[in-house]
Amino acid sequence: MEPLLAVKDMVKRFGGLTAVNHVSMEVYPYEVVGLVGDNGAGKSTLIKMISGVYKPDGGQIFFQGREVHINSPMEAREMGIETIYQDLALAENLDVGSNIFLGREPTQPFMGGLVRVLDRRYMLAESLKVLERLDIRIPDLTKEIRNLSGGQRQAVAIARAIYWDAKLMIMDEPTAALGVAEQRKVLDLVRMLRDQGVPVIIISHNMQDVFAVADRIVIMRRGIKAGERMARDTTVDEVVSLMVGAETVETA
Amino acid sequence: MAAITETQDMSTATTSRQMLLRMVSRVWAWLFLGMLVAVFSVSAPGFFTVRSFQNIGINASETLIVALGQTFVIIAGGIDLSVGFVMGLVSVVAAVVMRALNLAGYPQGLVLLVGVVAGLIIGFIPGLINGLLIARLKAPPFIATLGMLGIAKCFAFLLSGGQTVGRQPDIVRLLGNSYFIYVAPNEPVTFFNPPPGADLRSVLGVMTLPLLIMIITAIVSHFVLAHTRFGQHTYALGGSRDASLRAGIDVDLHTMKLYIVCALLASLGGLVWTMRFNSGSPIAGEALMLNSVAAVVIGGASLFGGEGKVMGTVVGAFIMAVLYTGLVMLNVPPFWQFGAVGVIIIMAVLVDQAQAGIARR
Repeated sequence: MEPLLAVKDMVKRFGGLTAVNHVSMEVYPYEVVGLVGDNGAGKSTLIKMISGVYKPDGGQIFFQGREVHINSPMEAREMGIETIYQDLALAENLDVGSNIFLGREPTQPFMGGLVRVLDRRYMLAESLKVLERLDIRIPDLTKEIRNLSGGQRQAVAIARAIYWDAKLMIMDEPTAALGVAEQRKVLDLVRMLRDQGVPVIIISHNMQDVFAVADRIVIMRRGIKAGERMARDTTVDEVVSLMVGAETVETA
Repeated sequence: MAAITETQDMSTATTSRQMLLRMVSRVWAWLFLGMLVAVFSVSAPGFFTVRSFQNIGINASETLIVALGQTFVIIAGGIDLSVGFVMGLVSVVAAVVMRALNLAGYPQGLVLLVGVVAGLIIGFIPGLINGLLIARLKAPPFIATLGMLGIAKCFAFLLSGGQTVGRQPDIVRLLGNSYFIYVAPNEPVTFFNPPPGADLRSVLGVMTLPLLIMIITAIVSHFVLAHTRFGQHTYALGGSRDASLRAGIDVDLHTMKLYIVCALLASLGGLVWTMRFNSGSPIAGEALMLNSVAAVVIGGASLFGGEGKVMGTVVGAFIMAVLYTGLVMLNVPPFWQFGAVGVIIIMAVLVDQAQAGIARR
């Protein structure tokens, strides 16, 4: 099977520091890739090159089989690479539908087409549809985001990405601020995305999470790829020792 | 799933307290306004009449028009301190232009048109500069607009020589003060002029141009904020600038538009003032720097951004206007109004703080 995303020999330098040093990785359809590493290992930098935040100093990005140059986060999104950061980028004072359609609000003509007004009914109906598709239950969609739980907010951010045709989802510490039950719910959601054909790269410190949900694990250490393992063929101990460099580095 | 319900119950507990606070913040201004009206109706003879209510509306017209502009900016998380002197500058510019053209003998309609257009063009400039400073150069709104306040004040005084600019064409006074409809006992209803021969004290005029402009401005502002993408993006910007940016909203452009809208509404306020008082004055809007913010905040908007409604600002502006008129009718020195408005502002901000505190938890 052809990978949806392949990055080859990615390099990013900040002054004298090489944050990402010739790293390659692939993401295939129908899989969850866990990207792990200690603080400063370069995983966020790598992700930010894929999502258009940083311009790489070297390397190539292939998406859907073609080489691409991603110059801004907007370009990444337009291609279908959607990144959900910890802050989720939701407007807390707006309701669920408004957030899903933020910046792309549907309108309808008013007063004989003199002006165009927001089509809130359409926004609500479409939001309901995408939430149902992802099996997300939020009792009242007209509530402002600030009245929702952390897990529900995460779900709204994911639903928004899916509604706008995300082909690859990158999630930065999606469970960090959640209670145990909500963590489980978000991980269920990650699996559901995978099963619906949207592969996920999940960045996490939490080994339990990574092992619960990832099919493949990419381990980074000090800017290099320290290893790559199928989740079913490895253990937490092995991954952690690769992260901290206790074992010999194996090139995947 | 059972565990999820538990966490939801916990969040429901905070939410219901939050809801209660939000209810209080939404309703208290209305209650307060109702209470003021009730108290003055009982204690001040002649307060509870159509005539006095209409006067309150007319007296509130500039305040509300300017405060509506302020509402847009505050919802987006900004503030515009320059509105009062932008209003003064525009009133002076329009009056100076109209005086000159009037003395040169041009037809009154043309004089008025040129005066209004000149005022709006001059009013556009500080809005554009405020917007550029805040959106492009990332100046804090408080400081940028404070600077603009000084600049607008400077030009308003220079142009007027610190004097009231009078000698306006008649049309200015007529537009600012004539009623559209006149009702008198035992007389047919007349339009634009009182019925000839009627006792002027018994004639009731209904609806003036300033009042009409105020009502239309409020309706249009409400419509834009509640039902258009422009309004939606204004709330989004106040809720989270970052989320707005990442949603692809042109945040800089939108910010500029907001300060331009605010300055244009301040200009409209200045033009209404000139029509009402048949002159231009650099200090026409001096009180409005604070009163416009007060009306918005009393109306339930948050200075943290993201919250606020046109109806709230309307109530806020009317609380101040009712206080003023009521105190005058009771022969209480109207200076008490300053203190009373001050107390109400502090109350409004405390409610806002309590709400924000709970939301942050």
